[in-house]
Amino acid sequence: MVITLEDVVRVVASVEDPELPLVTIEELGILRRVDVDDTGGIIVTVTPTYSGCPATEVIRDSILAALCNAGYHRAEVRTVFSPPWTTDDITPEGRRKLEAHGIAPPRRLLALDHPVLCPRCRSGSTSLVSEFGSTACKALRVCDSCGEPFDHFKEL
Amino acid sequence: MTGGAIISGPPQGMARLDLEPHFAYLLRLGDDNLVLAQRLGEWISRGPDLEEDIALANLALDHLGVARNLLTHAGEVEGRGRDEDALAMRRTEREFLNLILCEQPNGDFAHTMARQFFVDAWQVPVWEALSSSNDPTLAGIAQKALKEAKYHLRHSSMWVVRLGDGTEESHNRMQAAVDRLWRYTGEMFVGDHVEEAMVEAGIGVDPASLRPAWERTVAEVFAEAGLDRPDDEYVRIGGRVGFHGEHLGHLLAEMQWMERTYPELQW
Repeated sequence: MVITLEDVVRVVASVEDPELPLVTIEELGILRRVDVDDTGGIIVTVTPTYSGCPATEVIRDSILAALCNAGYHRAEVRTVFSPPWTTDDITPEGRRKLEAHGIAPPRRLLALDHPVLCPRCRSGSTSLVSEFGSTACKALRVCDSCGEPFDHFKEL
Repeated sequence: MTGGAIISGPPQGMARLDLEPHFAYLLRLGDDNLVLAQRLGEWISRGPDLEEDIALANLALDHLGVARNLLTHAGEVEGRGRDEDALAMRRTEREFLNLILCEQPNGDFAHTMARQFFVDAWQVPVWEALSSSNDPTLAGIAQKALKEAKYHLRHSSMWVVRLGDGTEESHNRMQAAVDRLWRYTGEMFVGDHVEEAMVEAGIGVDPASLRPAWERTVAEVFAEAGLDRPDDEYVRIGGRVGFHGEHLGHLLAEMQWMERTYPELQW
């Protein structure tokens, strides 16, 4: 079969993060590049969100499974650390999906003086409950206006 | 600062590590994180409250991730086919090169947070320096770990202040933890031929150069917490060459039990 980079990228980019509903690895900003070598082998390069993120291995397997299902059987996933991932790498669409699912998206690193908005009622009056939440990348907050507890994708 | 201190280390003949310096350097950094992760993991389900239980588990996870990355890289540098699991699960106590501080038992929550604070205040300048290492893989791991270490330091500093500046009981416990663990902090700033070779190659950082930044952080946080900095009367070293206290063997027995009992078991 003829392998075009465009097709391969489409398959890889649509792989979803196992811990964040509907957010793809491209929207999360952890997909660094996709290459096809001279022999038709596919090399996918990703970067982890956190050093110990347990989703990293699931994501690698999901990428290989998605490629396999699309008919690409010769593929490998490589991990790079540099430059380190930052929450600024999350795309606008990724941020929109997080908020739609009740997770306050990270603020831009240059806008950390802005309030964290409640994903339910959009109030800017929210308080930190714990800097560590249900996953390494989230903090736990509560809305002072509507009382809703929510996850905040913390800035990194 | 350590001018008049008694430095207690390994017996003659154990003092020089007979490993290739680059490999040894990565093992030292990796083992600090692995052993500390294992200690923090012991808190899971026993935290003082639910949020802190989750926080301790998250700290453990970050350290474990850094350890995995460093040990994987160490195995590649060694070039004998050992991966992260072989290095973590099939080395003996004397082959572990972590700081003795990292293997200290959790004690009460004040001990755990004092230990974490001392390590965090040291790892921030370590990762800052190694972010520009000539070893590109190490530099990448350090750049990533730096962001996490800053977060950890914020958390552990908060607890040192909260307990130190809290009730009489919490203050006394935090001061006791600081006094008890202080003797193990000096090891963070002592190097040997391994660090010398790594500084020479532009790969590593001179441990002594990290002391001013660490002392600054400790002084700031202790001032806010109302804690006294102990005197440097006695400095315990030896972990960097595999000469540990009594606690590491017990920690490894638990950590390595599954692999030792069922070699190369796959989940």
